[in-house]
Amino acid sequence: MTQQADTPQDTEKDTGQPAAPARAAAPAPRPGRFDAVRRRLPKSTFARHALAALGGLVVVFLVLELTNPFRNSQFATMSYYAIAAVGLTTLTGLNGQISLGHGALMAVGAYTTGLLLGPDADGAALPLPIVMLVAMAVTAVVGVVVGAAAARLHGPYLAGATLALAVALPGLAIYFDEWLGGEQGLRIAAPRPPDWFSDAVYFLSANETPGVKYLAYVGWITLLVVLLLMANLKRGRVGRVWQAVRDDEVAAELAGIRLGRTRVIAFVVSAACAGLAGAVLAVVVRLAAPSGFTIVLSLSLLTAVVLGGLGSFTGALLGSALLVFLTPTVTNLGTSLGLDATAAAEVAPFVYGVVLVLVMLLAPAGAVGVLRKLWHRTRGNHPGSSTRRSA
Amino acid sequence: MQQFLNVTLTGLAQGAVYSAIALALVLIWRSTRIVNFAQGAMAMFTTYIALSLIEAGQSYWVGLLVALVSGLVLGALVERVVVRPVEGGPELNAVIVTLGLFVGFQALAAILFGSTFVSFPAPFDLRGFTVGGVNIAFTPNSIFVIAAVVVVMLALVALFRFTNLGLQMRASAFSQEVSRLLGVRVGAMLTLGWALAAVVGSLAGVLIAGGNLVSPNYMDAVVVFGFVAAVLGGLESPGGAVVGGLTIGLLLSYVSGYLGSELVALAALVILVAVLLVRPQGLFSHAAARRV
Repeated sequence: MTQQADTPQDTEKDTGQPAAPARAAAPAPRPGRFDAVRRRLPKSTFARHALAALGGLVVVFLVLELTNPFRNSQFATMSYYAIAAVGLTTLTGLNGQISLGHGALMAVGAYTTGLLLGPDADGAALPLPIVMLVAMAVTAVVGVVVGAAAARLHGPYLAGATLALAVALPGLAIYFDEWLGGEQGLRIAAPRPPDWFSDAVYFLSANETPGVKYLAYVGWITLLVVLLLMANLKRGRVGRVWQAVRDDEVAAELAGIRLGRTRVIAFVVSAACAGLAGAVLAVVVRLAAPSGFTIVLSLSLLTAVVLGGLGSFTGALLGSALLVFLTPTVTNLGTSLGLDATAAAEVAPFVYGVVLVLVMLLAPAGAVGVLRKLWHRTRGNHPGSSTRRSA
Repeated sequence: MQQFLNVTLTGLAQGAVYSAIALALVLIWRSTRIVNFAQGAMAMFTTYIALSLIEAGQSYWVGLLVALVSGLVLGALVERVVVRPVEGGPELNAVIVTLGLFVGFQALAAILFGSTFVSFPAPFDLRGFTVGGVNIAFTPNSIFVIAAVVVVMLALVALFRFTNLGLQMRASAFSQEVSRLLGVRVGAMLTLGWALAAVVGSLAGVLIAGGNLVSPNYMDAVVVFGFVAAVLGGLESPGGAVVGGLTIGLLLSYVSGYLGSELVALAALVILVAVLLVRPQGLFSHAAARRV
């Protein structure tokens, strides 16, 4: 999230030494401007990430209180894209597995949420956090099944299998139409903010908390928790093992890492994120229908992740922000070029496709990679030289 | 019994189309080690070109011909412009590029041709033959579909087996470096491979559209079925792709006929995962691999 949290992990990646004690090694060669700040930060990685997450919470509070309801709803949309994108970037960026099925996994989370919450706001038996956790758990179980199959596959085979998943899963919702609502899908009641929550927000900002803003809070708090956990996972032993598997399967296996189990766990963690994202989507959109979980959803998640930069959480956030906030602009551009509403709505996916191709051709490391390169260039050292030699 | 016969015959005609898509995927995989996930979207695009010609008063055959030619051009352009830079690079990059093409073409078709369902004419009668007073689900159009696929396959076999060009293409797929040393223009061969694959894909697109409704995403499921068929056949072998396509066509037709059409894609997923886990090299690996 913040610069302080990101810098050590970046240096770790650049030197290409997964097990290196990055915090000790990074500041030593060049005394940087931020050393004084860095020394004051807590020693424990988790504490530093938690601090960043708290800072993030303050920013989220300020932004949501200062923007209008339309922006609030856009932020709510961005939160579920970002949760899923963080999950996908964990899988693709850290572990090297691609998934085109994350849209389908989001559908699992959304339908679980829909079934538990029901169409009637007062009839909901379970509180929202419990529902979200159940949705996450159910999706994780589906993730075990898919991941077990996916663990043996790589590259195009994995892409094809998960693409088949994305095409196949909506069919189930139509097949079990009495239970899952068929083409129309499940209507879902938007949960109302609990009194203590509205009171707390009112106490801090003297603003009321309408449903939209509450859902944006739910989404962003979930996103911050997911980011905190994932950033910790990435910096810890598990994350290093995943990256080892990504970089060299044979070397990882020789080092005693069990490839299959590692891959399945990575898939399950990623699926759990997708399930949470689906749960947030369900309450924000208030509908879980097959038309909401097309291949285009999976591919727009991939666009967000690739555009931001594979493996970087900052990139995932940046990518989902671009996805949500640029889409209306691009659609308006289509309308101003004389397209009717349905055609203008297709301009955004067209741009996703062009962006996917262009990023891969021109800057495979994504926006974060480009920024990182510029940052190193202005500071007078070339990351490429050290990276290549060690790799 | 009659239902079984009908389901089988429908499956054969669909299987022929899946074979064509699988063949297109195999052609590209063999030469460049890339699975072209945009195959279906490109075929959909050329089908729309054919449809707009037919709607403008041209005959079906002019539409078909133009679709095939534009497939040829499109395939060559796509290889030359966007695929060439990622060839031989990390496999994820190539996958992402073809996925980008997939979304891009689909959205472009929706912008240019509209995203509603439009009916596509069939060149032959869509009423089934009557055998012994019973109407069966085998139509003159199905015969045309199967015949067209067979003709294209024979043409490809002839190209690869009996011509110098085909020999050069096989050589560059087999070993790029050695072929280059022997004076084969490998780059041109790869472009030609993509172009031919796009022609076969376009044919499949027009054939499956005949007598049906088309929309920008009507090929989504078809390309997945084609991929499953190609994997079933080993992804390396054109012969395997054909057998795989027919097998998938029959199996999916039985699922659709006896269990429900919503489960077809799920059945394809189950078949794919089963094949990949049990026999990842495909059911018809090496023996068939060197046949064409």
